[in-house]
Amino acid sequence: MQIIFDKINYVYSSGTAFERHAIKDINLTIHKGEFVGLIGHTGSGKSTLIQHMNGLIKATSGHIYFNGLDIYDQDYKLRELRSKVGLVFQYPEHQLFETSVFKDVNYGPKNLGLDKLEAEVRTYEALKMVGIGEELWDASPFELSGGQKRRVAIAGILAMKPEVLILDEPTAGLDPRGRDDILEQISVLHKESGMTIILVTHSMEDVANYVDRILVMNQGSLVMDEPTKTVFSRYKELEQMHLAAPQVTYIMNALKQEGFHVATDITTVNEAKLEILKELKK
Amino acid sequence: MIRDITIGQYYPANSVIHRLDPRLKLVGTFLFIISLFTFNTFYGYIAVTLFLVSVIKVSKVPFRFIARGLKAVVVILLFTVTFNLFLTPGDPIFKLGFLKITREGLRFAAFMGIRLMFLILGSSLMTFTTTPNQLTDGLEKLLWPLRHIKVPVHEIAMMMSIALRFIPILLEETDKIMKAQMARGADFESGGILKRAKSLIPLLVPLFVSAFRRANDLAMAMEARCYRGGEGRTKMKPLRYHGRDYVAYLILLLYIAILITVRILEGLL
Repeated sequence: MQIIFDKINYVYSSGTAFERHAIKDINLTIHKGEFVGLIGHTGSGKSTLIQHMNGLIKATSGHIYFNGLDIYDQDYKLRELRSKVGLVFQYPEHQLFETSVFKDVNYGPKNLGLDKLEAEVRTYEALKMVGIGEELWDASPFELSGGQKRRVAIAGILAMKPEVLILDEPTAGLDPRGRDDILEQISVLHKESGMTIILVTHSMEDVANYVDRILVMNQGSLVMDEPTKTVFSRYKELEQMHLAAPQVTYIMNALKQEGFHVATDITTVNEAKLEILKELKK
Repeated sequence: MIRDITIGQYYPANSVIHRLDPRLKLVGTFLFIISLFTFNTFYGYIAVTLFLVSVIKVSKVPFRFIARGLKAVVVILLFTVTFNLFLTPGDPIFKLGFLKITREGLRFAAFMGIRLMFLILGSSLMTFTTTPNQLTDGLEKLLWPLRHIKVPVHEIAMMMSIALRFIPILLEETDKIMKAQMARGADFESGGILKRAKSLIPLLVPLFVSAFRRANDLAMAMEARCYRGGEGRTKMKPLRYHGRDYVAYLILLLYIAILITVRILEGLL
């Protein structure tokens, strides 16, 4: 059990006309090495929730434990937590600032107080991991394409070697190719390094393809916390929260209604292909 | 953290003051400020205080919310009061070394302090009850006659409303970038002045880049909608005076009349 949320509440601008109860009574456990998806409609509190995980936002009430320690303890070092729980914000390319790609990625490890060589080795590894070729390392980050910038920004977090990686909408605004590239790299990272990954997204297809477990947020509450297939089998409830199951799940349901004997708990195109072929061969 | 800045902020509430025409509120605030500086006698200030308190009450904006705006100017306030207190020549009532407080100084300092406080309270009440859009609309309409002497009234109003609109956006952006850099181990709080200034680079560079990007996007979007300045533009919600606005103008006149009467009566005594 790596991260535990115990009755977390968060209220924005408390005591003013703009007061908003953004997070309500969240209980949650994230295990080491999990690949978790977090979905919810705009304004459901997803972004606020993940900012609690590395201590950027302090809960109004409740406790958070990381590796067994209460992060709100007086002598808990929040900066150390932030190096272990890497958070990639939405549109992370907007935070690039250095004169070269290499220096920008190097910023995180340098802040950790590592010696120069170690920091540079980590930078080197991180850039390799996200597939940014050496020819781009001396370029200004502002000269890169949108997808490349985003990968550099993600590398900036990876270079800190976090134990948990949280990504907030890492594919927003990318073309399908860029989207697949990034998700594929994240998936490889998960398999090879055993890093815990939390993926926040709007795209049901993204979560269906990669994650084992889904958390569903609605109006500040955690309303579902179940394996991927179970969550998507409850798509009627998801629709009420302005969410949906992957499109392919709807196709399978429609086929079933037309009298084909196919399973309806299908969430990826590949599974659907196999299932339909099986039915046709009968 | 940065969300808590209140200066120039709008406070949504359902009150008569909120619904008044912005032109009236601009004129009213202007008159109020003039009255602060012209009727600076004891009884005059009682009238001014009563007026301000009742307007705040009617506006339904909590007083402690308005008072928060005072925090920003507390240094200037103390500065003015202290200087007036010690440096006004006249009849000394207290002496300590080269420092002396005079009767005149005491009176002057008190009036100056109250005047500045009322100035801030009055003008922040205007921004609390008027959305930035209404405010610039009102200003544009009030200054409209100046176009005859070649003042680009519409352009000024447009620039003002865009600038006002960008304040919350940039604050939010700053908050976001700050958090993003903190997630990469940035430290904005500790260290000497040089180290702290240096630690701002990762915040300021992305902020400037994004401000330019947003400005560029906005200009593009405006041109795509064929914006070409104020000539012949109409408004979606044109400003029109209602019954309540005329009543409010009457109240303003009454307020000035009362102050003048007070002044004359004091002259007679």
